[in-house]
Amino acid sequence: MARIAFERLAHGYPGSSAYALKPMDMVWEDAGAYALLGPSGCGKTTLLNIVSGLLRPREGRVLFDGQDVTALSTERRNVAQVFQFPVVYDTMTVRENLTFPLRNRGVPAAAARARVEHVAGLLGLSAMLDRRARNLGADDKQKISLGRGLVRDDVAAILFDEPLTVIDPHLKWELRSRLKELHRQVPVTMIYVTHDQTEALTFADRVVVMSEGEVVQVGTPEALFDRPAHSFVGHFIGSPGMNFLPCAVEGDTAILPGGYRVGLPRPYGRLAGRVELGIRPEFAAIARDGLPVTVRRVEDLGRRRIARVELDGVPFAATLPEGMAVPAEPRLALDPRRLHVYADGRLAEGEG
Amino acid sequence: MTVRAEGLALSSGGEAVLHPVTLELQPGLPNVLLGPTGAGKTTLLRLLAGLDRPSAGRLFAEGREVTGQPVRRRNVAMVYQQFINYPTLSVFENIASPLRVAGLKRAEIERRVTEAARLLRLEPYLARRPLELSGGQQQRTAIARALVKRAPLVLMDEPLANLDYKLREELREELPKLFAETGSVFVYATTEPAEALLLGGFVATLSEGRVTQFGRAGEVFRRPGDLATARVFSDPPLNEAPARAEGGRLVLGTGAVMPAPAGVADGACTIGIRAHQVSLEPLPGAVALPAVVRVAEVTGSETYVHLTVGGMDWVVLTPGVQRPEPGQEVTLWLDPQRCLVFGADGRLAAVAALAEAA
Repeated sequence: MARIAFERLAHGYPGSSAYALKPMDMVWEDAGAYALLGPSGCGKTTLLNIVSGLLRPREGRVLFDGQDVTALSTERRNVAQVFQFPVVYDTMTVRENLTFPLRNRGVPAAAARARVEHVAGLLGLSAMLDRRARNLGADDKQKISLGRGLVRDDVAAILFDEPLTVIDPHLKWELRSRLKELHRQVPVTMIYVTHDQTEALTFADRVVVMSEGEVVQVGTPEALFDRPAHSFVGHFIGSPGMNFLPCAVEGDTAILPGGYRVGLPRPYGRLAGRVELGIRPEFAAIARDGLPVTVRRVEDLGRRRIARVELDGVPFAATLPEGMAVPAEPRLALDPRRLHVYADGRLAEGEG
Repeated sequence: MTVRAEGLALSSGGEAVLHPVTLELQPGLPNVLLGPTGAGKTTLLRLLAGLDRPSAGRLFAEGREVTGQPVRRRNVAMVYQQFINYPTLSVFENIASPLRVAGLKRAEIERRVTEAARLLRLEPYLARRPLELSGGQQQRTAIARALVKRAPLVLMDEPLANLDYKLREELREELPKLFAETGSVFVYATTEPAEALLLGGFVATLSEGRVTQFGRAGEVFRRPGDLATARVFSDPPLNEAPARAEGGRLVLGTGAVMPAPAGVADGACTIGIRAHQVSLEPLPGAVALPAVVRVAEVTGSETYVHLTVGGMDWVVLTPGVQRPEPGQEVTLWLDPQRCLVFGADGRLAAVAALAEAA
């Protein structure tokens, strides 16, 4: 188990002066559950590979419990990894697969046996310990990959690189919740890389959102949802993401496209650059009173409906409340407590 | 364009791989084949394309029988989950290739390729070769190539599975518009219920080599004809409880009793209810069920609480952020008005009034 720290860490690929990962300082607490979230090319896998030791950073240091491990190999760092595609020995039984890392380390047979059975219990693999891995489904194989990391009780961290990509939706629920339960029972530092916000938010205590080689926000799932620090985070977290309307702000009033005025929860001083009003679809509803909009399309998501509307030509996603038909003259009602102001893409702090 | 399958089936070594399927596919809207891996989606796609010969049944395109006609004699476009591109050609030429084969004029090729590239956000990469692109960009190239051809039948096998979440979200919004414009028949295989709903057309649910239901996505979701369909078309998984119907009442395995909806015959049955229809807050007319918390997953604005209810795993979606402790005992509120009841034969016996609410 380890507390992982980065000091002025940065990386670029050979032949390029550009940063694939811009200089950063960060600390991940021991036994925390972290997710690295971002689109492909954002640098999340580069960062994971630097933690695992597969990649040596161009600048800065990586510390495990205060000890500099920047030059150490993956084995010497003692991290376990779970990849997109399960890595298991098909011809071995589940038990042999799980015992393998312990045998390699010379753990006595009796201790290894007890440990494997304990971990199999945690993962729900007890009933299939003596079956060959070959005929198992992708979800069970992924559990074995995870189990091989867990059997070693000295592991510094377990790193997951998009582990649920090849798993069917129904099994994803089971595997994800089991992983979460497991983290509570086995307090080991877990780092989970994904482009899927649902996986990141549901798994992690703290989510590290990345974009273009930069960490744009670190926070709890609710902080990322309630107060995105950057318009990228607002857009990336949430489905659909946060709406952004170009606007002008005067004190505690926002002036929207079409000249509509909306009261803000707090006054703002002078704002420089491009100013936008941010609000999530969850807090903007189709109503009989409010701003006039044109409804373009209604998406039926089964448990809720999203109205795709336009406000003076600007596209906007709103909630169509349960049981409501689209009114003849649709209006948009915004929850005033949930309005945020962004200047040049950054959350503007209001006054008071 | 219309495509109709009549009793289309495939067996191998005497075993049914796909049980007889009768479907009339709709033009201009996505026809989604929804089911888990191994349910028969790809098998059905391949039969529709003419890549495989059915062991029984017939296939019609535009009213003409095309059963057994090989794919090269039919105008069909396909997109696979594992993208396929010509590695030596530029992205532009990859997209243009079916148009060159068809002998279109240069200006028309240019126009169609540019339009498809714009839609799939490939404009900056047209001069590059596929292997210089990310996986997502390569898949978008393959989709663009399938679209420019304007084939009357377009078959897509989990085309977005390898793409980033946000890009998937954008394409799910764009693709239906595109489908509506072309008038082609689009068949789209996916494992994801949310995708089937978002695409907003027709859905055929598949389970163990059988098409269990075909209809408008919203209708199939709210009125699944049987338990297999309800299970396939639920994400999170359907919450289930075995029960007995006795004289207008349902007695759950836990001992709880609730009024049975009209139309439920006495005997063994299964109650099915989706995560967003169960509540952790008391509801008028609801039945209390004791449950134990396994784990809670916060999504930002909502919480999925995983629980054990009478020995079964359930998921409940609750508004707001909640972090109940594992092992904590809680009470679930089950509103009979929101339950689906399936008979011993698995058929839907009753759909309650509010199960249909969005």
